[in-house]
Amino acid sequence: MLKKYPTVRYVLLRSIWYFLTFLVALALNFFLPRLGSDPVEIMMAQGSYSSPEIRKQTEENLRKEFGLVVVDKEGNIVRDENGNAVKASKASQLVNYISQVFRGNLGTSFENQKPVAEIIMEALPWTIALQLPTILFGWIFGNVLGALAAYRRGVFDKVIFPLALLMSSIPFFVFGMVLVYFFGVVWDFFPAIGGYASGITPDFSWEFLKSAGYHYILPFLSIFLILAGGQAIGMRSMGIYELGTDYIKYAKWLGLKETRVLTYLFRNAMLPQLTGLALSIGQMVGGALITEMIFSYPGLGLTMLKAVQTNNYPVIQGVTLLITTCVLLANFTVDILIALLDPRVKASLTMDTK
Amino acid sequence: MLKLLKNLIKEPMFVIGIFLFLTTVLAGLLGPSFYIAQPRSEFGYEAPLAPRGIEVDLSKNTLIHWVVHRGDTLYAKETIKRDSLGNMLNSTTPATYWIGTDNLGQDYMALLLRGLQNSLYVGFLAGIIATTIGTLVGLFAGFKGGIIDDILNMFTNLFIVIPSFVVLVLVSTSFPQGRSLTLIAILIGFTTWPWTARSVRAQAASLRGRDHISLARINGASNLQIIFKHILPYLASYVFMVFIMQVASGILSESAISMIGLGPLGEGATSLGVILNTAKNQSAITDGLWWGIFPAAIVITVIVFALYLLNNSMEGVFNPRLRK
Repeated sequence: MLKKYPTVRYVLLRSIWYFLTFLVALALNFFLPRLGSDPVEIMMAQGSYSSPEIRKQTEENLRKEFGLVVVDKEGNIVRDENGNAVKASKASQLVNYISQVFRGNLGTSFENQKPVAEIIMEALPWTIALQLPTILFGWIFGNVLGALAAYRRGVFDKVIFPLALLMSSIPFFVFGMVLVYFFGVVWDFFPAIGGYASGITPDFSWEFLKSAGYHYILPFLSIFLILAGGQAIGMRSMGIYELGTDYIKYAKWLGLKETRVLTYLFRNAMLPQLTGLALSIGQMVGGALITEMIFSYPGLGLTMLKAVQTNNYPVIQGVTLLITTCVLLANFTVDILIALLDPRVKASLTMDTK
Repeated sequence: MLKLLKNLIKEPMFVIGIFLFLTTVLAGLLGPSFYIAQPRSEFGYEAPLAPRGIEVDLSKNTLIHWVVHRGDTLYAKETIKRDSLGNMLNSTTPATYWIGTDNLGQDYMALLLRGLQNSLYVGFLAGIIATTIGTLVGLFAGFKGGIIDDILNMFTNLFIVIPSFVVLVLVSTSFPQGRSLTLIAILIGFTTWPWTARSVRAQAASLRGRDHISLARINGASNLQIIFKHILPYLASYVFMVFIMQVASGILSESAISMIGLGPLGEGATSLGVILNTAKNQSAITDGLWWGIFPAAIVITVIVFALYLLNNSMEGVFNPRLRK
């Protein structure tokens, strides 16, 4: 199929693979929180109820909400002869959940009865605004540093490399805490917490943007620097590896300008780094979400933290699902980019189909 | 082997790494049994005490109190501890705390050593689990090739793209009553093995076509024999390096999951992540109580840095191209 268009074929195959992965992620998202205990029981234990009937009513509503009981066409709970709700089978629970998710229904928050999708949509722009530029710039900056360290070696390498190694061993959130303490509390240069000054409503006014930008600096730095450190280390070993290859030796022997050789080196060493980025986005996002919590940044991280503290299962599940979706999308994008950019991968695509 | 060790010892990174590593491991192993914890400070929750010998003026923050040490005696002034009539009490306590106390008045040093021990336990157990599963999967996939490789590879890639952080959060929420250190370690081990599997697979696949493997096969060696006798030994140094990285990532994962409040839970389940999380929840950072975060933060960084140093110096020795 589509043998003449290897790239289209590749994109299609990748899309199918990612869709299947998404379904597995959905199944995990549904079943994992039920592994050790019953979420409904836990949520029921938090409230107080005036009578056993009301308690039972609330519990049944929750079970219906979670798709745990069989529901007829009118949306009423199907009951057995004793009046107890009939439990839905695991498979039908999962199918129910998946169909709800595809309709954009992620359930209702247990706390304020708001739809989970709405809560997430409020937080998502903040997370994207913080993480996308941070990961991109951190990746670029780290790779340039790493390539330089590999190429120059000597003192440059001896200073940058251990420093990058130290930076990458600090967890994102620990570095965030240190930054908050010094720049936010002791010296008071930057606001310590929040996404914008209290008292301003988020809109596109100059005042709001200024405040948001001011609050952006510390969280940005705390993720950026650590990420760049990790990338620099990877790029350094890739660069050293590429330096030993024949084409670089040949280019040097030809007497090409240093910057020219460096460009070739960077281009070839960068692609495996891009693959590395695709694979590690999932890990980075986890760390970066915790950074949001440290800064009380109004993104998904904080939403999840609040939900965890109140055992708000629908919100937790909604946030984890969205994180997984974003990570899968990012991976997919990088996969396609590599196929388009890397002549080696391109060549192997054409070879495969022959 | 001896020559390798000699080469390693010449590496300054290795020497620093092994020194930091042994120091933290010894402190974690022996610390909790040898260190005599100071009794709980009588100021308790109202006033976390600063480390010995340090004066802190917290009057500009929400907690209004002074903590002063002179010699070995500690004086506290103007704490917000009050008696039953609401009058402020000024009292002194003879106990001194090396790195202060937490929000409950507990000796931070004792907490830190216990936390270090537990974090190391979680890191090593998670590392052993992840390395074992990952190595086995990677070896079989790489050696067998064909359909088994494809299936195992799909599994591996699946769990690489689904963020392990998400899986950890989801499973941890389903155990809200109590999460032992062992449970957390097992969870981390079961979510991080694909990284090992991926790299071991690539190495094993490159060995598959070697002559000595074919020779062993002609001699009637079974698949298992070939894998464990003729492939694994070649990868031993590599697997060991991957194991070091898994331990580091186990310690980091534990602290990350603890920061959301989903880490070890229950009596005695203190870890470095739990200490940081408690400090964060008690707003230690914004109140300027730096001793609540810095010791644990530094200890985590030092262990992970030591492991990274070890890994990198070994890479330099095992892979001569990186050496200069």
